[in-house]
Amino acid sequence: MTQLPDGRYVDDAPYDPEASLQQLERKDLDAPNWLLVWRKFRQHKLALVSGIFLLLSYLMLPFAGFIAPYGANERHEEHLYSPPQLVRFFHEGEFLGPYIYPMTAEANLETFQWEFKPDYDDPSRLQFFCKGTEYRLAGLISSRMHLFCAPEGQTVFLWGSDRLGRDIFSRILYGAQLSLTVGLIGITVSFVLGIGFGSVAGYFGGTIDWVINRVIEILRSLPELPLWLALSAAVPSNWSPVAVFFIISIILGILDWPGLARSVRAKFLALREEEFVRAAEMMGASSGRVIRKHLIPNFMSHLIASATLSIPAMILGETALSFLGLGLRAPAVSWGVMLNDAQNLASVDIYPWIAIPMLPIVIVVLAFNFLGDGLRDSLDPYQS
Amino acid sequence: MQILRYAIYRFGTMLLTLLVVSVMIFVIINLPPGDYLSNQIAELQATGQTSGVAKAEFLRTEFALDKPLWQQYLIWMGFMPGPHGFSGMIQGNFGWSFEFDLPVAEIVGDTLWLTVLVNLAAVLFVYLVALPLGVLAAARAKTWIDYTAALVGYLGLATPNFLLALILFYYGHKYLNLPIGGLMDPQFEGEPMTFEKMKSILVHLIVPTFVIGTSGTAAMMQRLRANLLDELGKPYVETAVAKGMAESKMLVKYPLRMAFNPFVADIGNLLPSMVSGSVLVSVVLGLQTIGPTLLTALKSQDQFLAGFVLMFVALLTLIGTMISDVLLVILDPRIRYEGREA
Repeated sequence: MTQLPDGRYVDDAPYDPEASLQQLERKDLDAPNWLLVWRKFRQHKLALVSGIFLLLSYLMLPFAGFIAPYGANERHEEHLYSPPQLVRFFHEGEFLGPYIYPMTAEANLETFQWEFKPDYDDPSRLQFFCKGTEYRLAGLISSRMHLFCAPEGQTVFLWGSDRLGRDIFSRILYGAQLSLTVGLIGITVSFVLGIGFGSVAGYFGGTIDWVINRVIEILRSLPELPLWLALSAAVPSNWSPVAVFFIISIILGILDWPGLARSVRAKFLALREEEFVRAAEMMGASSGRVIRKHLIPNFMSHLIASATLSIPAMILGETALSFLGLGLRAPAVSWGVMLNDAQNLASVDIYPWIAIPMLPIVIVVLAFNFLGDGLRDSLDPYQS
Repeated sequence: MQILRYAIYRFGTMLLTLLVVSVMIFVIINLPPGDYLSNQIAELQATGQTSGVAKAEFLRTEFALDKPLWQQYLIWMGFMPGPHGFSGMIQGNFGWSFEFDLPVAEIVGDTLWLTVLVNLAAVLFVYLVALPLGVLAAARAKTWIDYTAALVGYLGLATPNFLLALILFYYGHKYLNLPIGGLMDPQFEGEPMTFEKMKSILVHLIVPTFVIGTSGTAAMMQRLRANLLDELGKPYVETAVAKGMAESKMLVKYPLRMAFNPFVADIGNLLPSMVSGSVLVSVVLGLQTIGPTLLTALKSQDQFLAGFVLMFVALLTLIGTMISDVLLVILDPRIRYEGREA
């Protein structure tokens, strides 16, 4: 509180223009829940940006083949470990549009490495909407059209190429298809199990509750990774990559449900005694209906927030398993499979770009964490 | 004596849990079709080496692999007499590794102690780092200290353990001349413990401890900060400040003690993830812990070895959790002794 020269008192606290937005007005209490949630969520800038980024990433997945200039397992024997090529726009002060300098590989017989020399006199422009390797759009429609490809007779490796001469940029896009969906499938499995067991335990109580509770405690007290390893070691090696992918995501989900089930159970215990549940039961609703129609909607939003926070653990889990060679296997492409190449420190030292797949992992995991935090804060709009 | 009773009760539940876990592990180990020996027999027959087949068949009966699964389990645990009478886990016979053609106990040997050592160091690291940082972040909430701590925490959560291991390993060696690979210099392997050996182990422990501990530290720090912030808003804090108590003294004396319980209780969540992390990091860094052994055993379906390692890892976390539960009761008299409800 400061006293102005004219005798008035002024609050020292800085003026917060957002304050009135936070205040709930009478008409807000009648507004639909999602509107209030959205209004609050919008203020978490970081969560908003993360959400948009994740949305775009997932929307991109079906079109990975279109955006990527090369196929996932397309090899360029002449360009092993090619360094990243920069896309430039101006050549000697003259605007040329996106172009690259062609790379020629030369074997250095002293170090036994390929050395790549850009040819600075011959800028060649990238082609757009051009024909390249065949791929399937969203896994269904066969197409040869690519967003951009290399000029005739040259290569474009935005993020370099790996030890077999495969384009890392294209592989990251294809890898996203598996790495990003593994978490979604896993979380679905975990959700179904968690809500199922948690609600049964919380609603019925008694012996069922005791048994489920012990199972939850046991599973939570065990380290996940060794069990993941043991379970994925049990996957027969002659299965197709798609089958392996599904079974790995299910394995990731199977060990994740206890945490969810525990919070569902706690919520149920609290809500079971509420009047509206009693009323529904009095009117003859079956247990299933009470659970589905009256109880679960009450904390669905919380569950969604906690699910968002556990997806990254699954993405990291898949990466770790594939990295150790027990998860997805080549020819399947995921970020973990790509990092398997980066296990060798010596080659990372010489060709640092083969470790690039760690960037999308870190970014996606961070984005999920921020989004989850934002959701958790904003899902209860009636709390100021 | 109530604490003693609680400790005994807690020990009992741990044994029961371990029993259930052993069944689970046995089932998982036996999920893949066939076993090491039957695969070997099929391979030998396919290549026409009949002499080896007889030996493998002999081993199969020797280790009761021809019996039904439930009997195999009971023999493995030592609840039922096998071909050589009662000799299972509880009698101290950990089985035979077919891959290495040695008893399991001989293969794991030293690695057990090193595993415990690595995990202990990581837990200590988590507490020593998370405690001051968490308190600082809460006491100076919404300042650059808080934001930096949060950023480091987020990065720690988001970077996969093994990548962090590779990066730190590389730079640690390049700039700080930290040793690469293993948990001790090669000349100390298999030697009795000396001061020199201890020093070598300690230097080798730096990078692994840091790597395994980071994600745990991040989570722990955030939780402590949240707990402490809740406490800081309470009236008794205001009273203490109003009475003119120094901030640091006040912090340590009242709110920190209140915020401390979840901190200790959290070890139940912390330990499993740390042990997971240590397995992964050991594989990447080539530490002589139980992690790489587990990986090779699982890949070659060496069932007794894999089973034992999994049991050991489970035991390690269960004991840790039990100790933390008992500690919690000693720390906080308000916690009821019998059957805490979640």
